[in-house]
Amino acid sequence: MDLACTEEEEDFRAGLRAWLAKVLPALPPKPAATDWPGRRAYDTAWQRMLYDAGYAGLHWPVAAGGRGATPTQHLIFLEETERAGAPYVGANFVGLLHAGPTIAAEGTAAQRARWLPPILRGEEIWCQGFSEPDAGSDLAALRTRAVRDGDDYVVTGSKIWTSHAEVADWCELLVRTDPAAPRHRGISWLAMPMDAPGVTVRPLRTLAGSAEFAEVFLDEVRIPAAHRVGAEHDGWRVTMVTLSFERGTAFVGEVVACRRVLAGLARAARANGRWDDAVLRRRLGRLNAEFAALWRLTQWNVSAAQRSGGVPGAGGSVFKLRYSHARQELYDAAAEVLGGDALDADHPWVADRLSALSYTIAAGTSQIQRNIVAERILGLPKGR
Amino acid sequence: MDFQLTDDQAALRDGARDLLTGRFGPERLRAAVGAPVPDRGLWRELAAAGFLAVRLPEAAGGVGLGLPEAVLVCEEAGRALLPGPLVAGQLLAGAVDGVATGERLAALCDGAADPVLCEFPDACAEVVVLDRGAPGRAAGAYRCAPGAVTRAPFASVDPLTPLARLTGYPRTAPLPALDVPRLYREAALLTAAEQLGSAARTVEAAVAYARQRTQFGAPIGSFQAVKHLCAGMLVRAELARAAVYAAAVTGDALDIAGAKLLADEAAVRNARDCLQVHGGMGFTWEAEVHLHLKRAWLRAERWCRAREAEERLADALAG
Repeated sequence: MDLACTEEEEDFRAGLRAWLAKVLPALPPKPAATDWPGRRAYDTAWQRMLYDAGYAGLHWPVAAGGRGATPTQHLIFLEETERAGAPYVGANFVGLLHAGPTIAAEGTAAQRARWLPPILRGEEIWCQGFSEPDAGSDLAALRTRAVRDGDDYVVTGSKIWTSHAEVADWCELLVRTDPAAPRHRGISWLAMPMDAPGVTVRPLRTLAGSAEFAEVFLDEVRIPAAHRVGAEHDGWRVTMVTLSFERGTAFVGEVVACRRVLAGLARAARANGRWDDAVLRRRLGRLNAEFAALWRLTQWNVSAAQRSGGVPGAGGSVFKLRYSHARQELYDAAAEVLGGDALDADHPWVADRLSALSYTIAAGTSQIQRNIVAERILGLPKGR
Repeated sequence: MDFQLTDDQAALRDGARDLLTGRFGPERLRAAVGAPVPDRGLWRELAAAGFLAVRLPEAAGGVGLGLPEAVLVCEEAGRALLPGPLVAGQLLAGAVDGVATGERLAALCDGAADPVLCEFPDACAEVVVLDRGAPGRAAGAYRCAPGAVTRAPFASVDPLTPLARLTGYPRTAPLPALDVPRLYREAALLTAAEQLGSAARTVEAAVAYARQRTQFGAPIGSFQAVKHLCAGMLVRAELARAAVYAAAVTGDALDIAGAKLLADEAAVRNARDCLQVHGGMGFTWEAEVHLHLKRAWLRAERWCRAREAEERLADALAG
C-alpha cells in the first residue's frame, strides 16, 4: 500500500506541469457548445499540441505510435490536465479511447498505418456506430445489415446515440454480416467514411437542450471490405477487447472536477446562508468523503491494472456504478444550495445537473453494470 | 505508485485469516455467542502471533509494523467476528503493562460519548478514558483506578460484546506519551477496518447463499433482483476498502473521518442486504448474519460517528 509516486513519475508530473503552464495561457477561447465546427477545430488543435509535445496516445502501445506510458503516468496526465483546466479530450474521445485502441489491437499493419497517426495528430475524428433504436443494452441485437458485393459491403440500417457524428470523418461501425449465425457470431467491425453516399446524420436533441448526439441513417452505403478490422463475423470479440478501456479511466478527470465543484457548493452555501442547514451541511460532508474515496478507488484500480500489465479489470464497473450515482447526488445537492436559482437553466450547475442524468445510462446502464459485477466478479449464475 | 498490497502485506493478511479460521471457526463463534467472555487462551495465542503488538517496536518486543498492517489485522478480525477489545489492545499495547502479550485486557473509552461506553466491563482489568479536552481542561488518556470505576452493565444488542455505561471514573494522572487526538484518529481507523472486514464477509455470505438457495426452480442468485443487491454490496465494500487503506497510508484525520463514514455505511447496509438475501433464514438467531449487523451497529456508534464525520468533512470544504 503506497500512494507515493516514484521519482520517475514525479519527473513526468513536473515536466507536464511546466508544459501546461507554458501553453494553456496561449489557447484561444473555448467555442460555444452549439458551434460544432468550432469545437472540432478547438479539440483537434489541442490534440495536435499534445502530439507535438509528445503527450499524444500516452497510454497507447509504442508499436501503435503511442508512448507506452504506465497506468500511473496516464493517471497523472489526466489529473494534471484537469487541475490545470486544460481542454477535455472532446471530439477525439472515440478515436483515442476506443476506435484507435481497437485498430491497434486487431488491425493489420496497413490499417494501423492508415488510421492511427491521424488520430494521434488530431487530423481525423471518429464516432461510434454501435447502438441502434432496438439494440441498446442488448447490443448484440443490432440489425444494421452489411451484404457483400464484390470488394465492398453494402450497408443499410440506422444507428443512434452517435456522439460527434456531425463533425466525424470516420465511424467505427458494427454491422450484421451473417443473419443466420448466432447473434454474437454474425457481427463485423467496419471503418465507415462519414462522407460516403447514403449516410445521413440527424442531430438528436437531449433533455439538456443540447445536440451532442445524432442518429445516423445508412442507405445502401458502400464500404470497402478492406475497411473491416478483424475477421468477418468476428466483430463482437474485436469490439469487446477494448470496450473496458472506456470504463477504466474515462472519468478520472471528472472526479477531480467534481471535487472542485463540491468546494464551490460549500462556498456558495456559506455565502447565501444555507450553510446553517445541518441537513445540507452533512450532505455535503458525505459527498466530500464519497469523492475522496472515488479518487482512492481510481488509484486502487490503476495500481491493479499496472500489476496486470495494463489491462483494466472489472473494477471499472464498480467505479462507474458509484461514480455515476455520486455525480447525480452532487448536482442534486447543488440545487439545494441554489434554491430558486436551480430553476435557471443557464446556470452551469443546472446544465451539469441535467447532463448528469445520462451517467447512469450511457456506456452501460447501472442495471447492466450490476449484472456485470454480479456475474463476472461475484460469479452469480446467468439468468433473467 | 502501487496502492495494492505488497507481498508481505498480502502474506500478513493471509496468515491472520488462516489463524482465525483455524482457531475461531463457526463452532467457536457459536460458543462465544452463548458465553460472551473473551477466550483468554485464544487471546494470548493471537497476542503471540502479533495481533496486539503489531505496531510496537521490535526493541519493545513488538512486530514493528505500521498502520496499514494494523488495519489488515483488524480487517481480518472484523471478517471473523472475533470478540474482544482488539482496537484498545493495539492502541494500548506498550502503554499498559500486559496488554501486548494478551495477559491483561484493557478497555478504551471515549469520554466525549454520551453515555460513556465500556466494552467487556467484567473482563477488562484496565479502563482508559480518552478525554479530548475542553476549554479549561487538558486533553489526556486517563487510566482509571480499577477499584474506583463504577459501571452499569446493560443487555448489549451485540451478543458478542458485553457493554456497560461508565457512571463514575475518577481520573488519575494521564498516561504519558499518548497523543490523544492521534489515539482517537487511530481508534476510528482501526474500527473502520473491522467494519470493512465485516462488509466484505457479508458480500461473500450473501453470494454463497444466493448460489445455493433454489426457488422457482433456479438459484435465487440468477434473479436480477437478488443479483443487484449483491452487486451493490460489493460496490460499498470496495469503495470503503479504498478509503480505509488510503487513510491507513496517510494517517490524515480527514481521510480517517471519511473512511469511518464509508466503512460504517458498508458494514451496516451490507449486513442488512445480506439478511435480506437470506430471507427467513436471515431472521433466525442461528444464522450468522445478525451478528454482523449488530456488531456493525455497535462499531458505528464508536469513535467518530456519522454526524461528527460529516460535520468535519463539511467544515473542511472551502474552509
